[in-house]
Amino acid sequence: MIIEEFIVRALFGGIGTAIAAGPLGCFVVWRRMAYFGTTLSHAALLGVAIGLILHIDVTIAVVAVCVAIALLLALLQQKGTLPNDTVLGILDQGTLALGILVIVAFLQTMRVDLLSYLFGDILAIRTVDLYVIYGVSLIALAIVVTFWKSLLTITVDEEIATAEGINVLAMRLILTLLIAMVIAIGMKVVGALLIVSLLILPAATAQQLSRSPEQMAIVATSIGVASVMLGLTVSLYTDTPTGPTIAVAATGIFIATQILFKSSPTRNPNLKT
Amino acid sequence: MVEVTGICIAREGRAVLDHVDISVSRGEIVTVVGINGAGKTSLLRAVIGSIQPDSGHIWRRPDLRIGYMPQQLDVDAAMPITVGRFLSLGTGNSSKARSEKALSEVGAAPLISQQLATLSGGERQRVMMARAMLREPDLLVLDEPMSSVDVSAQAGLYQLIGNIRTRFNCGILLVSHDLHHVMSSTDKVICLNRHVCCTGQPQMVARDPEFIALFGQTGADAIANYKHHHDHRHSDHGEVIPLSEKAPHMFDKNIENSGPQI
Repeated sequence: MIIEEFIVRALFGGIGTAIAAGPLGCFVVWRRMAYFGTTLSHAALLGVAIGLILHIDVTIAVVAVCVAIALLLALLQQKGTLPNDTVLGILDQGTLALGILVIVAFLQTMRVDLLSYLFGDILAIRTVDLYVIYGVSLIALAIVVTFWKSLLTITVDEEIATAEGINVLAMRLILTLLIAMVIAIGMKVVGALLIVSLLILPAATAQQLSRSPEQMAIVATSIGVASVMLGLTVSLYTDTPTGPTIAVAATGIFIATQILFKSSPTRNPNLKT
Repeated sequence: MVEVTGICIAREGRAVLDHVDISVSRGEIVTVVGINGAGKTSLLRAVIGSIQPDSGHIWRRPDLRIGYMPQQLDVDAAMPITVGRFLSLGTGNSSKARSEKALSEVGAAPLISQQLATLSGGERQRVMMARAMLREPDLLVLDEPMSSVDVSAQAGLYQLIGNIRTRFNCGILLVSHDLHHVMSSTDKVICLNRHVCCTGQPQMVARDPEFIALFGQTGADAIANYKHHHDHRHSDHGEVIPLSEKAPHMFDKNIENSGPQI
């Protein structure tokens, strides 16, 4: 089989996203931010819509909207008495619905493919997209590595971190910003509805196999890359949509790991959590 | 080291701390006592800077190194991290040998390669104490450091806290319910009930009417008598009464019949 250029671009685009999604996905799992990630990824659609209206780059618009939503969320959590997940649910559904409405409105006037934003369009990745993906991904990775110790400390205990002079608020903001960046580049690969699968599935799989945070981050990245490769290959042979196939591949790897490695190093049957 | 003047903290209209003043100097052990909901933990959180007071002022010596130990450490079970790695996170240049030494001082040497999430509450408290110690702090802030530790090990760990004070010449601010500790190694007691009821040396505080009102005459008598026992034991008989004879009273966890406990 002759490997077409668009397949190579798709492969590298997926790998580029998985590189940053691995370690950040670990923080999403450790800090119980899965629903937060889902909310941001749905808000990303609103970002796409705003990008289209204002004629600005969609990646930048997505990051900006995600950060704005994260700040709004922090504000609502501080003021209100509603449970955290209810607040997330309100923002999640509100931004998703609004984003879809605006994009659908644009369908009349210009050629906008709603499905490609929802489920990604990895086979349509252009060379210039690759520059954006790798640029964003490597910057995100560099920031994670730079603040690794502080990020780990706030994840273990935010008060200990404060006492030790770490700016907890700044670290939280950095994590939010990085997650928003990964979501923005992941939109092209698996789409707004499935990007969380690239964040949490590899990390959840890696958790089963790791004894240290560093190990988990590296294993998560490897599993993310493997999911992209497996999903892309399967989708080419079965002619299925690539984004969902990658997400299914990541789920398959997670299930296989659960069956093969029954006990996790951190799991203790005597301990209630 | 740290000086708190007139801080007020309110939550949802209810005062948690009301014009509280405290200070901790180098080499001084300050113990905060008070009933549940008295604002002890909030006070400690304000001192370390994790909550901002609504009014009042907190002065910290510039470049103050704080070692903080919360009541509980809630590590998510999904986070794989060994005790050794957790210890090394707190210090810039920690060697394995130093971590091992600190762990053995708190009686937790075998835990170094265990996963943090699998430890019991008491084991976590020992590990947190080792971590706070490894930071070589100027100010050590401990929130009920013995609440989950075995009764039999508490005396040794309180002794260790005293040693840490001399080793690093640091100030220590802690919340404790243990009379033996309050009497034997505290320089200053702060009795807190949202406001500072009374403060001073342990014997003085025990005579304060507000203290007696809060903890009852039995508790106050127990403190006053403790000093008497202490003198008596050394001057009149000249022989050491084994600690074990006292232990059942001193470390009794049962609040109902805990005369000596506050």
